[in-house]
Amino acid sequence: MSADADQRTIRCLVAKVGLDGHDRGAHVIARAFRDAGFEVIYSGLHRSPDEVVQAAVQEDVDVLGISILSGAHNTLVPKILEGLDEYDALDDTLVVVGGIIPEDDRPELKEAGVGGIFGPGASMEEAVEFVRENAPQRD
Amino acid sequence: MGDLIDDLLAGKHRALARAITKIENRSPGYRDLVSDLYQHTGDADVIGITGSPGAGKSTLVDKLAKTYRDEGLTVGVIAIDPSSPFTGGSVLGDRIRMASVSGDMDVFFRSMSARGSLGGLSTATADAVKALDAFGKDKVIVETVGAGQNEIDIVKTADTVAVLVPPGSGDDVQMLKAGILEIGDVFVVNKADLPGSDRTVMELREMIDTRNDYTQTAEHHDADAASEAAAVEAMARETDDEGWTPQVVETVAEDGTGVEGLIETLANHATYLEESGKGEERARQRYAEEIRTLLREDVNQLVAGELRSRGGIDEYVERVLDRETDPYAVADELVAPIEDCVEAERDG
Repeated sequence: MSADADQRTIRCLVAKVGLDGHDRGAHVIARAFRDAGFEVIYSGLHRSPDEVVQAAVQEDVDVLGISILSGAHNTLVPKILEGLDEYDALDDTLVVVGGIIPEDDRPELKEAGVGGIFGPGASMEEAVEFVRENAPQRD
Repeated sequence: MGDLIDDLLAGKHRALARAITKIENRSPGYRDLVSDLYQHTGDADVIGITGSPGAGKSTLVDKLAKTYRDEGLTVGVIAIDPSSPFTGGSVLGDRIRMASVSGDMDVFFRSMSARGSLGGLSTATADAVKALDAFGKDKVIVETVGAGQNEIDIVKTADTVAVLVPPGSGDDVQMLKAGILEIGDVFVVNKADLPGSDRTVMELREMIDTRNDYTQTAEHHDADAASEAAAVEAMARETDDEGWTPQVVETVAEDGTGVEGLIETLANHATYLEESGKGEERARQRYAEEIRTLLREDVNQLVAGELRSRGGIDEYVERVLDRETDPYAVADELVAPIEDCVEAERDG
């Protein structure tokens, strides 16, 4: 009814995509997001890009965090971005990538629509702060 | 707003997702949204799944959705997980179990957190169910959090309620007796391959039979006009489900065993609701409850606004502390002008 009844909460999907089975990082970030007061949906392991897109669209998340340690990010991430675009969801979803992403690959991913990239050594506070500041403002 | 509804009715997933978000956030305009959706609802069968944590609800929901999809039906799922009372954050994990229908866009799966304040969980869930219904889903499944009073709330939303009971929970079954026997249309003993499941099935059947015995004995007395007291007692014992004996079904959700049987039982209950007129009666109760809830919320808002415009509650509290006034007088003072307005409107 009135603006103060608005119970807006930042919703995130933490996704593991492809064959990479290392989910320690995804778990840690999911916990950190939860403790920051976000609603976190965890995809589980070995999701295909289509499944990640489906989850992101249906859950209407503000933030999609993709965790990749396998080196396949140049193939998988663009597929997910294209899928989001198909559902008109790319513009108002903040996509962040975490994992082992070589410096050389970053400009291209950012060009394609990735909002932020967090490699080893990035702190939880940094990630949480980035999401808070960059989560899309919706009406 | 109009666009969102048009897109939703046209079958755009993004619009449905966005509509549910608005409903969940109680965003400005969500009331008009639900209002407009209403005329497009009423076609979906709404199934509620509840039970203790770890009973296998999510896995069973996955298999139910898969079976419905194989029949060519479309499915919507709302799965509710608890939220932290400290940070408000949550990890919504039910989606992980949806392995068999993952990638199938005709299963619309939405995780909700039991944010559990303003408006309450039940209102947001019920409204989200309406969005899925209006979207055209044939079956809508609502999966509750593990435990708590929300399990009772589900009755208000669902046409058919299935209660999952894990095997070997003899003591739990005892505990469940009071509340849950009354809300379950179907009892599912999941993980039926585990030891102790036969016993759990037996105990559940016994409880259901016992309840029916009371009813029958009373009817007998009633016929003889022998014991009015017994008849009254029986009336009190009778639940909503007069004419429907809750069924006990065994499943192993993990490998899909018994899911067909459960689907059949759910269908039987839907038919029963239809033919007995009980479905309409439930809908009637549901709408009455919904109107009451909304009235409470709206009047609360009205009064909260009035309080704000008079500078908030703190000053009144100070005055009560100083014994200058008392809570009753404060309430009267605040409500009186509203009462006057309403009366003037009514008479005028």
